[in-house]
Amino acid sequence: MSGLCHTQCYSEELGGILPTPTLRGVKAVLDQRLVVITGKGGVGKTTVAAAMGLAAARAGKRTVICEVAEQERITQTFGRPPAGFRETEVAPRLHAFSINPEDAKEEWLRRQLRSGALTGLLGASHVYQYLTAAAPGLTEVVTIGKVWELAQLERRTSGASPYDLTIVDAPATGNGMALLRAPRTYSQIARVGPIGRHAGVIDAFLSDPASTAVVAVALPEEMPVNETIDLERRLSEELGRELTQVLVNGVLPGRLSAAEVKEIEAVDGAGSPPAREALTVALSAEARARHQRSQVARLRRRVGARVATLPFIVTPELELEGLEALSREIERKL
Amino acid sequence: MSVERLIERKEVVICAGSGGVGKTTTSAAIAAGMAQRGKKVAVLTIDPARRLADSLGLPELGNEERQVDPARLRAAGLGGPGQLWAMTLDAKRTFDDLVDAHAPDAQARDAVLSNPIYRELSNAVAGSQDYMAMEKLHELHQDGHYDLLVLDTPPTRNALDFLDAPARLSRFIDSRSLQFFRAGSRAGLGLLGKGSAALFYVMKRATGVDLLEDVAGFFNALGDMTDGFRERAKRVDALLGESRTTFLLVTSPRAASIAEASYFSRKLRDADLPFGGVVVNRMRDQVKARPGPKLEAELAGLLQEQLARKVVHNLEDHLRMADRDARNTALLRKELGRRPMIEVPELPGDVHDIAGLAAMNAYLFAGG
Repeated sequence: MSGLCHTQCYSEELGGILPTPTLRGVKAVLDQRLVVITGKGGVGKTTVAAAMGLAAARAGKRTVICEVAEQERITQTFGRPPAGFRETEVAPRLHAFSINPEDAKEEWLRRQLRSGALTGLLGASHVYQYLTAAAPGLTEVVTIGKVWELAQLERRTSGASPYDLTIVDAPATGNGMALLRAPRTYSQIARVGPIGRHAGVIDAFLSDPASTAVVAVALPEEMPVNETIDLERRLSEELGRELTQVLVNGVLPGRLSAAEVKEIEAVDGAGSPPAREALTVALSAEARARHQRSQVARLRRRVGARVATLPFIVTPELELEGLEALSREIERKL
Repeated sequence: MSVERLIERKEVVICAGSGGVGKTTTSAAIAAGMAQRGKKVAVLTIDPARRLADSLGLPELGNEERQVDPARLRAAGLGGPGQLWAMTLDAKRTFDDLVDAHAPDAQARDAVLSNPIYRELSNAVAGSQDYMAMEKLHELHQDGHYDLLVLDTPPTRNALDFLDAPARLSRFIDSRSLQFFRAGSRAGLGLLGKGSAALFYVMKRATGVDLLEDVAGFFNALGDMTDGFRERAKRVDALLGESRTTFLLVTSPRAASIAEASYFSRKLRDADLPFGGVVVNRMRDQVKARPGPKLEAELAGLLQEQLARKVVHNLEDHLRMADRDARNTALLRKELGRRPMIEVPELPGDVHDIAGLAAMNAYLFAGG
């Protein structure tokens, strides 16, 4: 239990305040082909993606976690060298992969043109660069296209084995939404031709709640809660699909009952300086936990998706031990 | 050190950092603090929390500066001789205004505004928000109505995308590619050189014809406006490197944002950009109390046994987190050398009103 913020000891108290998360979530999320994880910057998306990957791999699923960022963090977490554009096993049944837009573009182009020579011709000319800069969303399409490819039972990559589950650690809400919407936008702009058709197929896969789950990670704070509410609305308006699950990360244990808060307040200045300090720290932790609970309650009122909470983990970020603890929580709550 | 000393001679302050570290509130707090100290300040925010925006009296989408009611500032203890203005940036409106300003006539303007490529591009596709934030900054700086401009940078996947934005726009409208596309759509493939014809053929296969036509149409519609755009991008870029500009990095003490801040600080130095210092938000208090038999015995005398145990547990957790914060910030401090690091402790609840900004300023503007 090391690493967890003593949460287990107080979970009964918490249970009284927060509704117990539903158990239906498991099937809904981890049994999909693709899980897209997004949320406001700084809420712990990568940590949650890694923990979810661990949980899925432990359940026997061949899993890949796919990062879409400049700096790779998943492999680092597992103490491995960067995976880059190669599917790399980081733990039993758990793989990591990092999508670099340039690599994805080249792979996609080669497949589209079915000719190395033509690809070379395009790659060598600056025109292609200009075109991809100019064609809005082309980079996003090839990126999400690669994610789609990883999630297929019949892989296009020769010799590649299929995964039971693909988890993508997507960019923060706005850019994450742009990534999800890119195939639809693109299929409208490129009305004919191979990309247009392919983008349509990807779009259908992403919009289908039986294939793809969209999970929002949030913190129990004003802005992340607002962004989550907004994300659900945009998913519905722009993609006609639901938000599958919200995971509220970093929830403080909330240890004190109202009577206990009064009891501490009644001490009022008595005791040695260290004792007073300890009491002040307890009261401010409780105030923060209370504030968090009101934000979680607001979130539950405002979104239709399932909401589950994950406890604050004290160990340094992305340390394996903390990740194990978090993955057990996800297993329990999803 | 006080933020005031860092920026008193500056005209532009750019608050940069990864998402979720309190960039918007820090920008607003700094702007309010400088207004309190006599400056006429405008803060440009991207997406303020609704409650903060309401508290400042900002409409949802303004794209125009509004003065924050001095009475509101006074009520929060931030009254002073200066003025605080604030605006929420609307990237699309800024882009449209830019086209409007550079278009030779209404017809040319409408051709651009109605092109599907333009509509996608201006609708917050990666990069356009970054560039438009700086474009607005440049515009306000040119107007010269303010002593100080504070920019809250947009949330980007990578904080560096922001720095690169003007260069990307320049590349995008690079005249060589422009000529190519314009030739392609006007003259038809037959009139082009053999190599170009082959390229068009390949691109058509790879991308779909209509797309190519839209792109060519877009460049055609832009026409002569591109020189103006490019010139402007150059000036916006220059504003970033001026001595009257300074970058402040905003971070939280979490390992991931500290790592991002270190990386960003190196990049700022490599790019020779004016880098003022770092604001670390939400530092946990360093307390002297330590758990042990003595403290436990004393607490047990003051409280019921079970509650005393909870208080000790809580102290243990707090110490672990406070140690972690101190370790992480120490790493960044090493990176910074002589540049100052200003710490703001974790405040109760979120900061989302003017009173919260005043609470932050007690730390941002503390010391000499």
